[in-house]
Amino acid sequence: MSTDLHTNSTAPASGENPFGEEASATALLRFATAGSVDDGKSTLVGRLLHDSKSVLADQLEAVERVSLGRGQETPDLALLTDGLRAEREQGITIDVAYRYFATPRRRFILADTPGHVQYTRNMVTGASTAELAVVLVDARNGVVEQTRRHAAVAALLRVPHVVLAVNKMDLVDYAEPVFAAIAEEFTAYAASLGVTDVVAVPISALAGDNVVEPSAHMDWYGGPTLLEHLETVPVGSDPSQEPVRFPVQYVIRPQNADFPDYRGYAGQLASGVLRKGDAVTVLPSGHTTTVVGIDALGRETDVAWAPQSVTVRLAEDIDVSRGDLIAGGRIPVPTKDVVATVCHLHERPLRIGDKVLLKHTTRTVRALVKEIGYRIDIDSLEQRSGADGLSVNDIGHVTLRTSEPLSLDDYTDNRRTGSFLLIDPADGTTLTAGMAGEAFDTVAVDAADEEDWV
Amino acid sequence: MTTATHTLPDATDENPGGPFALSHLDALEAESVHIFREVAGEFERPVILFSGGKDSIVMLHLALKAFWPAPVPFALLHVDTGHNFPEVLDYRDRAVAEHGLRLHVAHVQDFIDDGRLRERPDGLRNPLQTVPLLDGIESNKFDAVFGGGRRDEEKARAKERVFSLRDEFGAWDPRRQRPELWSLYNGKHAVGEHVRVFPLSNWTELDVWQYIEREKIDLPEIYYAHEREVFARNGMWLTAGEWGGPKESETVERRLVRYRTVGDMSCTGAVDSDAATIGDVIAEIAASRLTERGATRADDKMSEAAMEDRKREGYF
Repeated sequence: MSTDLHTNSTAPASGENPFGEEASATALLRFATAGSVDDGKSTLVGRLLHDSKSVLADQLEAVERVSLGRGQETPDLALLTDGLRAEREQGITIDVAYRYFATPRRRFILADTPGHVQYTRNMVTGASTAELAVVLVDARNGVVEQTRRHAAVAALLRVPHVVLAVNKMDLVDYAEPVFAAIAEEFTAYAASLGVTDVVAVPISALAGDNVVEPSAHMDWYGGPTLLEHLETVPVGSDPSQEPVRFPVQYVIRPQNADFPDYRGYAGQLASGVLRKGDAVTVLPSGHTTTVVGIDALGRETDVAWAPQSVTVRLAEDIDVSRGDLIAGGRIPVPTKDVVATVCHLHERPLRIGDKVLLKHTTRTVRALVKEIGYRIDIDSLEQRSGADGLSVNDIGHVTLRTSEPLSLDDYTDNRRTGSFLLIDPADGTTLTAGMAGEAFDTVAVDAADEEDWV
Repeated sequence: MTTATHTLPDATDENPGGPFALSHLDALEAESVHIFREVAGEFERPVILFSGGKDSIVMLHLALKAFWPAPVPFALLHVDTGHNFPEVLDYRDRAVAEHGLRLHVAHVQDFIDDGRLRERPDGLRNPLQTVPLLDGIESNKFDAVFGGGRRDEEKARAKERVFSLRDEFGAWDPRRQRPELWSLYNGKHAVGEHVRVFPLSNWTELDVWQYIEREKIDLPEIYYAHEREVFARNGMWLTAGEWGGPKESETVERRLVRYRTVGDMSCTGAVDSDAATIGDVIAEIAASRLTERGATRADDKMSEAAMEDRKREGYF
């Protein structure tokens, strides 16, 4: 047995591989789905898994058995994704579930989120790690309130790519005008939220049109199937265009005979490209120093980039510890005054004057909720002032004062260094998800118009 | 220690990162290492559950990489059912010796001997692991317990968090789990509670195998095709042994088999296979039409809600 840590991470896989020689070099796409209760989302996800051959024989047998027991003629693909007993009994999805599938071109992680109004927080959760969001609408109903909410959440969380999947085309006779009108309305709405990358696909999850296989019923549609789009949409950003952000997780000091003086700072690059010899600033102290070495999990390297996990060695023996940020390029100004857009996640409300813990990158500090400026009505994007608290699923604008300075970026610039959690110090409950800075353009309204907000 | 040479792809529309693209294995590895380091930074007494199975071996490999050149700052905990494959115990002991690790073993047999557990009529010991596991966690005051569970394994696990809070009874309440956003993991817990941590949450079986191949990680030889005395029970090939097989009605035969998962001998079945190398194994898995657990684990077939129930009891 040998654990050789000196492997070359770009070595191609050997051996006969049915995914072809590219298997070791496929990219990973994380995406999220959102859809209203009856839009057929479980069926769509089941169809993606089934038609991409990601459902294995024993899983399909189980689904067929249950479907037949209920008197259904064809297997109910929605059953592939209903996990917990409470959901099976109620026939609903109560939380974010993660699904995994692969094609020869790409590996996928799907955050499958329920679409009910009371589950805004779940979509926020699923969208937080997603590079693409699939918003599902029923072709018969078009863009409804929930659709706008899903688009707004995707915009709020800065999901780079959005796909509008217009489902149940079979029930509108596969009519192009129906699809075109919905696509136009949604694209215009998304653009008003700042979402510019929208691709619309007409599908029938039940019949299988344009999910994995091209539809025989919609010759008028010349675009990719949903899966083709997922396989080809750009993954990731170009880290060379971003400033270096390296939150220190852990200090590695072996203090053994082989490495008597080794002192390395372990972390995962949140953004940017870091090179040996780079000048960097350690925050919040503001000390400047030079990168003298980068260890990429057991081997030395000259360059590392987001999102790699590495260990960085610095020139001076300055005091650096967990919670510090090693930064290059445009340096954030550490601050104790945090202005942010938040989504409240817990039944326990968040109120002005609450004392909470704030977790930002690898740093957790005490914080005071100083102001709750307004709530954002996610359907109209109007600001609703006069809030002294936020309830579960509320999205609002808050000001916090922290016990120690934080090196925040605007969430619009950096999803990793612009995001934070608020935690209840009493029992550790995660209360709130925060995004530093302003969200999208919201509309200030007169307090007199707020009779529905009691 | 050598400096790596990268062969970097050019930037394309599909790959805006250009030379800074990461393969899916690199992305998964970076995420898992981040999880190990978060736990090291936030907890007092973490421990890795180590069974000698491939997932726990990959976990250990990732932990070694995460803290290089320092030693892994966690102990190992093994719940020994008393029906383990000798090849696996041997592997475990060699790994502990090679990496200078501390191993804690909780023996199911001890609990049966002193009456805290009773042998089941069917002889299965996997369901008996929960009590020794929780006792081991409690008596050693472990506050974070790494498990090799993956979200692709089973439907109830699809909703599991990377950081999964357990109460003082080790129980998992799906409604008490915290939302997990971005890569911000919340490890806050009360005294007596602990957090189960799943660094391989986002890996699939195939990812694990591809990573084992890429990293040239040694595994217990029972993962590869070998000749073995087996008999059929519940549609699986089980190994003949002192644990309770074969019965009078069961016939032992010599077959070429390998194991896809490694657990207790009484409930881990072998599959017919001539896959002698890791490349063969990967080809076989990718072409396989049965999920890992469906093919080889009797305990998951107990009921559709079996896994959910056992997680509530404090099992993984």
